[in-house]
Amino acid sequence: MIVLTTLGVAVMSIGTVFLALAGLGLLRMPDTYTRIQAGTKATTLGTILVLVGAALIMPEWTVKLALIALFLMFTNPLSSQVLARAAHRAGVPATRETRTDALAEDKEGLA
Amino acid sequence: MSDTFASAKLFAITFLFWMLLNGAFALDVILVGALVAGAITFFLGGSLHFLSGYRLTGESARATVGYVGYFLGELVKANISVARVVLDPALPVVPAIVKVRTRLRNPVARLLLANSITLTPGTLTVEMTDEWLYVHWVVARTTDPEAATDAIVAGFEKYLEVMYD
Amino acid sequence: MTDTLLFPGFIAMLAFALGFWRFVVGPRPVDRIVAFDGLTVIAVTGLVLAALVSGRGIYLDVALVYALLSFLGVIVAARYIEGGDQ
Repeated sequence: MIVLTTLGVAVMSIGTVFLALAGLGLLRMPDTYTRIQAGTKATTLGTILVLVGAALIMPEWTVKLALIALFLMFTNPLSSQVLARAAHRAGVPATRETRTDALAEDKEGLA
Repeated sequence: MSDTFASAKLFAITFLFWMLLNGAFALDVILVGALVAGAITFFLGGSLHFLSGYRLTGESARATVGYVGYFLGELVKANISVARVVLDPALPVVPAIVKVRTRLRNPVARLLLANSITLTPGTLTVEMTDEWLYVHWVVARTTDPEAATDAIVAGFEKYLEVMYD
Repeated sequence: MTDTLLFPGFIAMLAFALGFWRFVVGPRPVDRIVAFDGLTVIAVTGLVLAALVSGRGIYLDVALVYALLSFLGVIVAARYIEGGDQ
């Protein structure tokens, strides 16, 4: 029992470290799109690890925790995609280092 | 695929979701769940038809296991690469929005593909048209659509093609 | 048990503070929504921690509904941004 709890706390701690990396990414990245990238990937894995850790500490909650994890795995990337699309459609510029923008080129071709 | 079989699958999915949400095998929970799942299948079956595109074969089940394993591995890789970029004082990003092609037609398979791309190393789906996906790439290795397709899409597509009609 | 959860709790608060900083400085509305999206996921983690500390499973249902509502909120905000400039 105590082994599972210790393991759970360890997994949770790793998860929250990824969450902190996501926060750092949101803060440091140069433009909206790269911020979305850092935000969505690290928060997804971070939360999944926290939920796994919680399931190790409280095994009887496993089903509900798995449901939350599954739900987040679906919605988290989806909201990021919708935000990225909205940003692009609203004309939010990418950082100067961006090499090409195939989407903007194709849109000009259509117009 | 017959309509009856599609309805049965939809019923099974909604009922399973209800049971997971409740997490209890009491008789009243099962009855209410069956009633609600039946009503959803009966009244909304037409518009929720896309949910039942999942193939129920052994091959598809193997592909699902392969997909989940590959996806989790890519997710961990993605996070390590994010960590490396974010913790680097120089912040080495070379972003680009590239075009990639997909053969997938099933809406759920396309949604899973777009989500998988977003959660794998350095890529984020921005826009989707019929066969093209526009992907934002943090450290772009190529801007050629064919090479980018091989690097970003191919790994997931081969599983999803088997899983969905 | 509650004591050992102090470390993950502290790191989660740090993550929240970093994301909140981005939320405050913006500069564009989209950046704020992106930050908000990340903050809601961190808040789900916070709710799970609260469930563990208090030992009450009902907080998990709160976390699930919270995740659902914040997802819808972000989608609505994104649609608004999309329509705003075009």
